[in-house]
Amino acid sequence: MTCWETIQAYGLRSLGIGERLLPSSDFTICQQVTLIGSGMIWNLYFGILALIFGFVLATAIAMARAARSPWLRKPAEWFIFVFRGSPLFIQFFLAYEALQLLPKAGFEIFGITVATSWTTKAWAGALFVMFLNTAAYSAEIFYGALRSIPRGDLEAADAYGITGWHKFRRIQWPTMLRLAWPAYTNEAIFLFHATTLVFFSGFPAFQQKGDALYYANYFADKTFNPFIPYPIVGTYFILLTLLVTLLFGVVNRYLNRHLPSNQRSRIRLRPQVIR
Amino acid sequence: MFASCADPSTLSGLNWTLCYLTTGKHLDFYWSFVTVMMLLVITAPAAMAFGFGGAVAARSHIAPLRWIGKAYTAMVRGVPDIVFFLFFVIALDQGIEWVNHQYQCPDWTEPVWKGLEFRVCPAAKVPLSTASAGWHQAYGFALAVFTFALVFGAFAANVLYGAMEAVPGAQLETAEAYGMSHRQVFRRVLVPQMWTYALPGLSNLWMILIKATPLLFLLGVQDIVYWARELGGAKTQAYAYPHPDWRLYYFLGLMVFYLVMTKLSEIVLGRLTARLSQGQATMAGDAMRKAAT
Repeated sequence: MTCWETIQAYGLRSLGIGERLLPSSDFTICQQVTLIGSGMIWNLYFGILALIFGFVLATAIAMARAARSPWLRKPAEWFIFVFRGSPLFIQFFLAYEALQLLPKAGFEIFGITVATSWTTKAWAGALFVMFLNTAAYSAEIFYGALRSIPRGDLEAADAYGITGWHKFRRIQWPTMLRLAWPAYTNEAIFLFHATTLVFFSGFPAFQQKGDALYYANYFADKTFNPFIPYPIVGTYFILLTLLVTLLFGVVNRYLNRHLPSNQRSRIRLRPQVIR
Repeated sequence: MFASCADPSTLSGLNWTLCYLTTGKHLDFYWSFVTVMMLLVITAPAAMAFGFGGAVAARSHIAPLRWIGKAYTAMVRGVPDIVFFLFFVIALDQGIEWVNHQYQCPDWTEPVWKGLEFRVCPAAKVPLSTASAGWHQAYGFALAVFTFALVFGAFAANVLYGAMEAVPGAQLETAEAYGMSHRQVFRRVLVPQMWTYALPGLSNLWMILIKATPLLFLLGVQDIVYWARELGGAKTQAYAYPHPDWRLYYFLGLMVFYLVMTKLSEIVLGRLTARLSQGQATMAGDAMRKAAT
């Protein structure tokens, strides 16, 4: 099989398209690169969707955490504490077991049957956990940024009679994002790293449709040679990290566009990994 | 464990619960918490040592040493650390066996990597295939500890390198002006002062380390996750203590364990920060001085 044929057969294997059986002998570098690359589709899927949904929830939770009413503040604090204080690995297991307890036949609501079996699949269940997890981490970042908005900015808004929703939308939110963005970039990078945990944590890989690390682990188990598949995953992730840094850097420049160049915040990669 | 637990089928209510929670396997489960604690206790100083070495190497005047240090600190940035965990455990295992193989059986003619197999001579197996299960577990645990220390050492090196850079340059210059040698400046001025700058990063690292301990499960160690899955799974009537699927409750227990660990660490680290900020030329130190006067 030439390399091009391998790419055609396994390029979308992680989605169940193409050759059904995984290679089982005479492993070539091309097969490993292709299959592991195909697994990256899932890492991207989990990372991107969790980031998008998590961003919205995180903003809401950060606002709730900064609220004066304890009815809003306390639940937000607890949410952040629970998701930041426990390992993501355990959260995955816990969520999987909890979702399995849902009635198999589905719920009856107003005569409509709501199916539940899809929730135990990785694409839904694991995504849900990652969504909540990243929301908690990002909320903490946003909350910190919200608290460090310069007082002068808010006073100026008050002086001009900008209040309520308008003040939040035009003053608080953009400043919060600008201050939080370097830290949020790190969060995004490590969220992508955390997606590798999904298929090692209870959620089964149905029909061997797994992520990059799942396939790398498959090859390492089969060939007893860790020196090829793991560096391949590593390379893919370094490329992904560079891409994320680049994209977030563009947004960072946009958020800082009104500032003189010596006051702009730079994005620095800080190590802060497993949750 | 108790005499009254001899025949579980006759038990009920609280007695049943008590006997259930003290079966041999449950005692193993409780011991696995000790395993986790042990991992933390051994790994933390080991990672600090690796990190210190890495940070010193990265600041070295000798170029090759500096490159090694920089490469080590950069290692963990772009790649998920779980990849390192999975990689190092196999790579270390094979490396040790290969070296041992060269040493034990120099006249072994077959290649070690043959097709899809990694095969060393029987005398070079680590641990020997005749060794007891306990040895195999201990070896697995030691490999896991070393891997953790290596990966977290890279994080610690990052933090310590930053902290060393953060110590005010004037302090070092003053020390040199008083005629201290490089070594003396390092030992008496740089190292004592860097901790207050390193502490936020190190406490963050400690939290991450706590939350990384369930990954022991992936490295093949019988840790709390392993036992929670094992004990929680549904048990039929064939078992002494039949019960439905209780894994959810076991994992809830683990979750509470980790939350308590996190909270306790937060409290202790908060106190430590206050202690280390005393008399330092930082914002926290200034605040403390003002509060005292």
